[in-house]
Amino acid sequence: MTDGEPTLAEVCVVACAEAWRGDGAILASPIGVVPTLGARLAQLTFEPELLLTDGEALLMAPADDGKDGTSGSRAGDDRVTEGWLPFRQVFTMVAAGKRHAMIGAAQLDQFGNQNISCIGDWALPKAQLLGVRGSPGNTVNHPVSYWIPRHSRRVLVDRVDMVSGVGYDRAAGLTGQARGFHELRRVVTNLAVLDFGGPDHSMRLKSVHPGVSVSDVADATGFLLAAPYQVPQTRLPTAAELALIRERLDPDARRDAELT
Amino acid sequence: MTGPDTDGVGSRVMTLNGVIGELRSGMTIGIGGWASRRKPMALVRALAASELSDLTIVSYGGPDVGLLIAAGKVRRLVTGFVSLDSIPLEPHFRRARQHGAIQLTELDEGMLHWGLLAAAHRLPFLPMRAGLGSDVMRVNPELRTVRSPYADGEQFVAVPALPLDAAFVHMNRADPGGNGQCLGPDPYFDDLFCLAAGRAYLSCEQIVPTRELLAGGPAQSLLINRAMVAGVVETPHGAHFTSCVPDYDRDEAFQARYASSAATPEAWEQFAAEFLAGGEAEYQAAVARTRAAGAPAGLTGGARA
Repeated sequence: MTDGEPTLAEVCVVACAEAWRGDGAILASPIGVVPTLGARLAQLTFEPELLLTDGEALLMAPADDGKDGTSGSRAGDDRVTEGWLPFRQVFTMVAAGKRHAMIGAAQLDQFGNQNISCIGDWALPKAQLLGVRGSPGNTVNHPVSYWIPRHSRRVLVDRVDMVSGVGYDRAAGLTGQARGFHELRRVVTNLAVLDFGGPDHSMRLKSVHPGVSVSDVADATGFLLAAPYQVPQTRLPTAAELALIRERLDPDARRDAELT
Repeated sequence: MTGPDTDGVGSRVMTLNGVIGELRSGMTIGIGGWASRRKPMALVRALAASELSDLTIVSYGGPDVGLLIAAGKVRRLVTGFVSLDSIPLEPHFRRARQHGAIQLTELDEGMLHWGLLAAAHRLPFLPMRAGLGSDVMRVNPELRTVRSPYADGEQFVAVPALPLDAAFVHMNRADPGGNGQCLGPDPYFDDLFCLAAGRAYLSCEQIVPTRELLAGGPAQSLLINRAMVAGVVETPHGAHFTSCVPDYDRDEAFQARYASSAATPEAWEQFAAEFLAGGEAEYQAAVARTRAAGAPAGLTGGARA
């Protein structure tokens, strides 16, 4: 089962896990299958202090010591409840800055302004989506990363229709502590990993996944993307990481469906 | 009105129609729960079937919002999202927005919390960072900022209080006096909805004598006290088709049917005729018939052990 080259989904899981490297004991809030696997992988390997919920109100810790990531039960949910975190407490963790969320975007622009509210004119939208949810508050309180399973010009756009999550150009206009609390960590897509290390905190290509070229990424992006002279390949999963993903965290391979 | 089961506490037990009879068109009504979780759906269905109109609904939106929009009851919605959880987008809400059929006050979900807390505390606003820099400020031009009077001088959004004329919440248990017990993992913001409201109405799976409340769960599960509540209604399966753990999970098969029925006016008319034409007893009987007619086991959200 651990034989074979890593799949695209597995490369993405590891790229998502890397978003939480160095975060320590904060609440990791991944939305989606691949980011959730990434957060759990980070918790089992290089970031054992991370807090994770069951998707509702319980905080779940690995059943073993979580250090080597190889012991513990291999089937089903091998986690134990370590705490209680109803939504009102999540909101308090948001305001306290003790959280790093990785969320989706219907639209995302060059400076990381995110839209999950609606497509078209807000007053009479062409397509009503979820609403802004917690994005406005998340982005001015704690680190946020984005997961884009279908990197295209429809998603990576020149201008978003409704700013739900705040980007760097708008954050630059904030006064007080909100500006310092604002941090967009990274963007993981099905093609590449990006960050906001370009001019004026614009989006920058950080690495491309195996088999993807820089021009593939540029063609699928609706704005000019900053890039270093040489773009490295995204880090591949280690054998131990592959074993954890395939045998312990996602034996039913739910990760693949999110990328098709 | 002290009954034999109230242990000396006055009874606030009402009927669904009794609750609706206390409401008026044009009111602002808050609805507890979250998305498609522990929604007071029996009260919502009764409201949808009523003669009331022009309502402002405040909700962490789910099918409560969808049903009331479909029934033409909503003038304005105050929310941060509307979702069915396992089905991300709510079809009635989408159509209403795309046709300009409702007005929307779109807030960050934390701002909604803050607005309810301000109303519960009888404050005009509470300061918050959420909203700064986002288009929430653009689409709600009535929102104001406020500067800290202390040395930091920081600027915040002054989230206005969201006072409610009435609130609906659904609990697992309650006593006849209105003490409500939440046995699920998340109280959501139901206590704040009650305190933000002029009159709060609590529906529950089961009314039990006061002395039996602690047999069901720890003291911390007694989320609502009777000072917060104007009326109590016993509505078994009253959160259906949303979840009401540990009594039952979401009825995913039924929710899928609800969502697909919203696709065309004809399909919705058929759904409404089958499930929404009578009262709550008729609704529950129709759901039971549907279940008996062979929805696959495990998808119907039956009672949990």
